[in-house]
Amino acid sequence: MPQKQSRELNTGYEVSIDLLRDAAYISELREQMIKFAILQLQDESTAEDVVQEALVGALKNAKSFQRKSALKTWVFAILKNKIIDSLRKGQKTVAVSQICEEQEQEIEALFDNKGHWHQDEKPKHWEQPEGQLEDEHFWRAFDICLNALPAKYARFFMMREFLELETHEICENETLNANNLHVILYRARVRLRECLENGWFAEGKAI
Amino acid sequence: MMSCRTATQLMSESLDRPLTRKEKLNLVFHKLMCTGCRRFEHQLNRIRMYAHTFTKKNTSE
Ligand SMILES: [Zn+2]
Repeated sequence: MPQKQSRELNTGYEVSIDLLRDAAYISELREQMIKFAILQLQDESTAEDVVQEALVGALKNAKSFQRKSALKTWVFAILKNKIIDSLRKGQKTVAVSQICEEQEQEIEALFDNKGHWHQDEKPKHWEQPEGQLEDEHFWRAFDICLNALPAKYARFFMMREFLELETHEICENETLNANNLHVILYRARVRLRECLENGWFAEGKAI
Repeated sequence: MMSCRTATQLMSESLDRPLTRKEKLNLVFHKLMCTGCRRFEHQLNRIRMYAHTFTKKNTSE
């Protein structure tokens, strides 16, 4: 009975087991994980699988956590790795270099034939009121803009900005080179900037 | 002068790789002349900060 033994030896173990058996807490945690995973994987059923794997992994290797926040940080660290694995496995058949060769009309339309901003496309000043980062409406707008990114760009943007992988880590297992990645990240950022400006920073903040 | 199209692409790349000295210099000159691109660069940095804050918000208490 190894489990009983470690319970007696290590009270921390007992705490974490209780947290992991707290059905209400786990289901809330699971919801948050699924939301996070869907954002990056853009597919609900893959997201559910990955979250399931992460939770099973967490249960198997329960460490000692005194606080829920420590448990959450740890479970999300496991989840991030599962997401990275899944992103690397998936969609390799998409010819990324071809995506890059095709001009993106939405982006070219921002500039005139000399490559300068069209007058009405020129970035506007962004007001940054205090407390913006605590404003749930702002994060809702941000979430909407992330979801509006085309999947072919979102996937790499997430790897770079959410999972904070370096260029060489992203290119390692993909069919793209650093130049392709730079083009894709540029397009993702330009689109996100447009969306935030129109949906949030423009007057009215109507989204 | 470098075009805004090229300048914005370089600004984005500067978040992913170190720019060469020549690229940096060209950007500095461009930004002196161009309000739009000055704002663009500032906003790209904010977007990165938002992304990091968003991840933290969603992954810890
Ligand atoms: Zn410019």
